[in-house]
Amino acid sequence: METRRGKSFYILAAVFIAYVLFLSGPMFAIFVLSFQGPEGGLTFPMNGVSLQWFYKVFEGNGVVNIGAAFKRSLALGAVVMLITVVLSVAAGMAFRKGFKGAAVLFYTAIASLIMPSIITSLGIALEFRLFDDVMINHANELGLGWFAEGWTTAMGLFTSGLGAHLTWTLPFGLLIMFAIFNRFDGRLEEAARDLGATPWQTFRYVVLPIILPSVVGIGLFGFTLSWDELARSSQAIGSVNTLPLELQGLTTTVTKPDIYALGTLTSAVSFLVIFLALFIIQFLQARQRRHGSDAGKGLV
Amino acid sequence: MIEERKSFIAWLQAGPMMLVFIAFFLLPLVFVVIVSAWDYNEYEMLPAFSFRGYTDTFEGCIAQLPDLCTILKTYAKTVKLCFLTWAITLTIGFTIAYFLAFHVRSKTWQIVLSLLCTIPFWTSNVIRMIAWVPLLGRNGLVNQGLIDMGLIKVPMEWLLFSEFSVVLAFVHLFTFFMVVPIFNSMIRIDPKLVEAAYDAGATGFQTLVNIIIPLAKPGIVIGSIFVITIVMGDFVTIGVMGGQQIASAGKIIETRLNALQFPAAAANAVILLGITIVIISALTRLVDIRKEL
Repeated sequence: METRRGKSFYILAAVFIAYVLFLSGPMFAIFVLSFQGPEGGLTFPMNGVSLQWFYKVFEGNGVVNIGAAFKRSLALGAVVMLITVVLSVAAGMAFRKGFKGAAVLFYTAIASLIMPSIITSLGIALEFRLFDDVMINHANELGLGWFAEGWTTAMGLFTSGLGAHLTWTLPFGLLIMFAIFNRFDGRLEEAARDLGATPWQTFRYVVLPIILPSVVGIGLFGFTLSWDELARSSQAIGSVNTLPLELQGLTTTVTKPDIYALGTLTSAVSFLVIFLALFIIQFLQARQRRHGSDAGKGLV
Repeated sequence: MIEERKSFIAWLQAGPMMLVFIAFFLLPLVFVVIVSAWDYNEYEMLPAFSFRGYTDTFEGCIAQLPDLCTILKTYAKTVKLCFLTWAITLTIGFTIAYFLAFHVRSKTWQIVLSLLCTIPFWTSNVIRMIAWVPLLGRNGLVNQGLIDMGLIKVPMEWLLFSEFSVVLAFVHLFTFFMVVPIFNSMIRIDPKLVEAAYDAGATGFQTLVNIIIPLAKPGIVIGSIFVITIVMGDFVTIGVMGGQQIASAGKIIETRLNALQFPAAAANAVILLGITIVIISALTRLVDIRKEL
């Protein structure tokens, strides 16, 4: 490659900078406007600086209980993250061994990823509605009358809502596992086996420590995708709403900058999670470097 | 014997994920197809065979020919928005990926700059969209800036809650889905090929058209599938950025659902699914996704 940068480099660099400005501009507008003064409106110019819109959010504006939605989304995100990590790592290991139906699972995951969200959401809603109908109308025949009496719906945050989110996060988790194992040196596993490790020991003491930083990445994806999920939840969440759904409802009614304050707060949570994940990844990689090799240290 | 045991364990490991997909993806799809052929009244679905969901959807379409009826117009508009978004995200995505792959030399910088491209994903979906309001609105920064500069006298209304703002939001959100796969294809191109092309006297443009674009094709196809499927089924972005005034394939389904006409919603979902499958299978003819990971 030539050492001097050509004219095309500067043109493309300018395009790149413009692109990044385009990406970040609106977000900064929101951050700045959320500190709008008490008399300020939804647009520039700033009319003084204050924190009052943040107070408004914490007080709750009477229409919706944002605090509760906030907690629900956090809880759902945490559960989705956990399940995504466990199932993705397990399935990733299975794909390494190879099994009948591997291609089916792979294409199902891809299909789930690119399926228009509204269709998945509609399908889950129908599934749970039909299930409810069966419970209410046919439980008596099954001798479950006492059960059907109190039955309202099986739909909810941690049933249909959780399922809807998993159809979105699991494909990402699986694809990341593929990327990890494409770069994984299989000889390490063989060496562990030759030294007499059981399959579980091989996984626990050899494979897992090596892939752990990337597994944290899967967790990060799982949480943030769930935290922001909107389209798939829309029909399948049941009676309570997640934070993005509440936010979507607010877009048509709110005329004050408190929605920006709310936006800044939700972004802050995303940032916190991202930095936490990056910190953990850094920490794990540093530990790997410390413990990774005993070359040159002689016999102990 | 050992092989059998190994594959049994693999089944146990992959099983939970498969079960989740069966329960929350495959079965729901089956229900969508079944319910699409059910009857319905004002407030509930009736489990009796009927094509009402489909016939209601296309009501009056034949009578109105050669004019397009509402549903066909809506699909035409969705395809138009989809095509615009695809063309723009592909152009920008390709340029950005090219810059990252061929002009940024150190790996660290490549990672840092790629992370910058994920900025829109750091904030919530809805927030990303309403973030355009203070910029594009009637009294937004763009209009005020142009008025202050004396370029326009009256604020431009078409900047927000219009097809323009919908496409803008799509490009803002989804260009990244083009950048990643195209970049992934590009960094696998052997630099020697590019050098050989230059040595053989090819111009930069010839190298681009004859070497880089053909080799980046898998990435282009994967990115295109992502963008097209998301935009075809979208109803959130079109709703918020279109001021709930623009119809789309996804919004039809949402509207039917809000009216509790589940079979009609399902019928529209099946139609949308059919169109999406046609587009994807046309695109996958060009590339084997599995080889690209």
